[in-house]
Amino acid sequence: MSDDLEMDEILKVFFEECAEGLQAMESGLLTLDGGGDRDTIDTIFRAAHSIKGGAGMFGFMEISQFTHAVETLLDQMRAGKRAVTPDAVQVLFQSVDVMREMTNLAEARKPIVSPNADALTSLLAQILAQPAGGTAQATPMAAAPAPVAPAASAAPPEPPAVGWCIDFRPHTSLFKTCNDPLRIFRELETLGPLQALAHAENVPPLADMDPTQCYLSWRLTLAGTMQQSQIAEAFEWVDANSSIDYQPLAPPAQTTAAAPPAPPAPLTPAPLAPAPLTPAVAVAVAVSVAVADPPLPIASATVASAPAAPPLARANVDAGSFRVATEKVDALINLVGELVITQSMLGRFSEHYDPGNLESLRRGLSHLTRNTRDLQESVLKIRMLPISFSFNRFPRLVHELSRKLGKKVELRLAGESTELDKIVLEKIGDPLVHLVRNSLDHGLETPENRRAAGKSETGILELNAFHEGGSVIIEVKDDGAGLNTARILAKARERGLVDPDVTPTTEQIYNLIFAPGFSTADTVSDVSGRGVGMDVVRRNINDLGGHVYVSSNPGRGSAIRIRLPLTLAILEGQMLRVGPETYVISLVSIIETVQPRRAHVQSIAGRAEVFKHRDEYLPIIRLHELFEIEPDSRDVSEGLLVVAESDGKRVAILVDELLAQQQVVIKSLDTNFRQVPGLAGATIHGDGRVALILDVPSLVGKFLEGAGAAIDFAA
Amino acid sequence: MTTTILAVDDSASMRQMVSFTLRHAGYEVVEAVDGVEALAYARGNAVNLVLTDVNMPNMDGITLVRELRRLESYRYVPMLVLTTEAGQEKKMEGKKAGATGWLVKPFNPEKLLATIAKVL
Repeated sequence: MSDDLEMDEILKVFFEECAEGLQAMESGLLTLDGGGDRDTIDTIFRAAHSIKGGAGMFGFMEISQFTHAVETLLDQMRAGKRAVTPDAVQVLFQSVDVMREMTNLAEARKPIVSPNADALTSLLAQILAQPAGGTAQATPMAAAPAPVAPAASAAPPEPPAVGWCIDFRPHTSLFKTCNDPLRIFRELETLGPLQALAHAENVPPLADMDPTQCYLSWRLTLAGTMQQSQIAEAFEWVDANSSIDYQPLAPPAQTTAAAPPAPPAPLTPAPLAPAPLTPAVAVAVAVSVAVADPPLPIASATVASAPAAPPLARANVDAGSFRVATEKVDALINLVGELVITQSMLGRFSEHYDPGNLESLRRGLSHLTRNTRDLQESVLKIRMLPISFSFNRFPRLVHELSRKLGKKVELRLAGESTELDKIVLEKIGDPLVHLVRNSLDHGLETPENRRAAGKSETGILELNAFHEGGSVIIEVKDDGAGLNTARILAKARERGLVDPDVTPTTEQIYNLIFAPGFSTADTVSDVSGRGVGMDVVRRNINDLGGHVYVSSNPGRGSAIRIRLPLTLAILEGQMLRVGPETYVISLVSIIETVQPRRAHVQSIAGRAEVFKHRDEYLPIIRLHELFEIEPDSRDVSEGLLVVAESDGKRVAILVDELLAQQQVVIKSLDTNFRQVPGLAGATIHGDGRVALILDVPSLVGKFLEGAGAAIDFAA
Repeated sequence: MTTTILAVDDSASMRQMVSFTLRHAGYEVVEAVDGVEALAYARGNAVNLVLTDVNMPNMDGITLVRELRRLESYRYVPMLVLTTEAGQEKKMEGKKAGATGWLVKPFNPEKLLATIAKVL
């Protein structure tokens, strides 16, 4: 792998970690409101810490710098030095948003500029500048000399020196940490010419000597005009348990005098004038971790909190890569192993062909069938991700929205581990957000109203996911006021969606909320109420091959139920035959199939045909006309009508025969040929022939909108 | 003889980046995700330097250093801990546990190589 490619891979891992870390921070922060325990703060801190470290390593200095203040605040919180206040938590929440924005920008290789970063940095600095709850530990330990942090160069100007005389008396345990004085001296040498004079007077007689102890001390003379801090850097790792004195050397005349004559350390005790232990020349420079920005009025916090809903776009939105649990990959490898065994089993049969071995051939084939099925399942599972990926965003969303709306809400999540196809999962996110917002805004009542209704002040919002048959069901349920049918109907009449003389059923009224432009909200809030949405929600879900159902109980709450297919790669299909051709139609879109009587078929204006099905007139789609093929019969009464539904609208599709129902693997027409209106894709039969998959929504749409006008398939 | 460095970090990207940088500088790198894994490796293998993060699940870097120093073969192996600027106490704790020195996060690849060159 080339370096660039490898680097890209590592970066990808980094961004995935960032996304996970930010998620961890967010969920941690949510539980912090009530003070929070140490473990949680620790987790949040660790996530911030890793992001900062990684960002620094990868050269994203903006992220690293911004996260620094966040990390400092968290560090103080976890050390119990700073109180966990709701305000501080809010600032941290916003910081997570900024960090997410920045990492997204970095990932997109765009300039890492977040409009909120500066304001938040100031806010953080402001919090950090406040006297801490416990003892402020802003200054480093007294033992540490001038810190090396170049940022904090508030050090008093050091006298210009032509060199330094350093007394270095290490603790006897110096070697225990693998610190070699030679290493330090070499480093000093990079600063200027160095002379070292060892004092060996403490070296015990050989018999008593412990070779792991350091008995020597040194007087070092370093020539050159360097800062004391530069020298201190070389001693950084050993200064805590060593005595180190720095003496600036006076002007040249005395320098030569001060320099000891010979560098080789004499083993005899050197005559040494005891160096006066001047109170450390090293002035401990206060290193303030707080960024010294001018304090900003706290009101500016509102500027930063502008987005009503945090931009919750997942960091790794690109469909390029995602993580797969190891056990899934293991299962796959396992299966491939079995497949290889089966293959060799069958291979042996072909080598030693013997009709008597037919039984073993049959056995081998049945193995192969099983292997293939298991392999198919396992491969599909790779694309399956737990719905928690989508649910994760809700605690935060509910927290912030309920705060904004002045409602008390308890969010209950269930079935987070239910798995869903990755694509479905990505597309279901926004509709879910919409439904949750609706529940919070319209469904759940204010604490006062709830009390008046004899309910507990805290409303309950449930998000539930589970398997049912071949589908995944997601429920958004609240124990609020329920849908107000009278109001919905009144609004619908007002908008002309329902004729004044028609009395729709309760179910039909519920379905009105999915009508485009429908909203009963009295005032348009920034939470919801613009009436753009429920129709989009339904359309998005339908696009995924799913359905939405509403149920409601006045005064007790409402529930929205979404039924989704497990995967988009495989379709539960009904095979149909028209003349010599086979087509596939999604099983879920079929309502029923009928053998029509001629009396129930009528022509309108000599062009479109309709079929009277129960009390409804359904347009008839003649597939043989659409696809220009010769059917068994053109007489409707000799064929079958498949009543198919999409988006609540129905059509009757004329076919010659119904064949088997089976799972089919969807092959895209776009990638293999080009998009064809009316077709959702193709699949390949066992015998190698291709069957086209009908796109029911587009057929229904085209036919109803064009009032039977032929679809232009020639395009 | 190749110089082997044991790099311990719970963050995969950090580990890979450190490893990437060091391998390009001609070192052999062994990665471990936490103190437990590192210690298990160290019990059966010799390395020339240990580079470990402090904050890690299961076993943190400071405990790792302390445990490693107990091993006969690791008594004189340089060990560097990755700390934060604010981690003054951690530095001292690391020292007490037997760390040779530390590297302040965030650092860049050059700084990493320079620091390692100091002790090797």
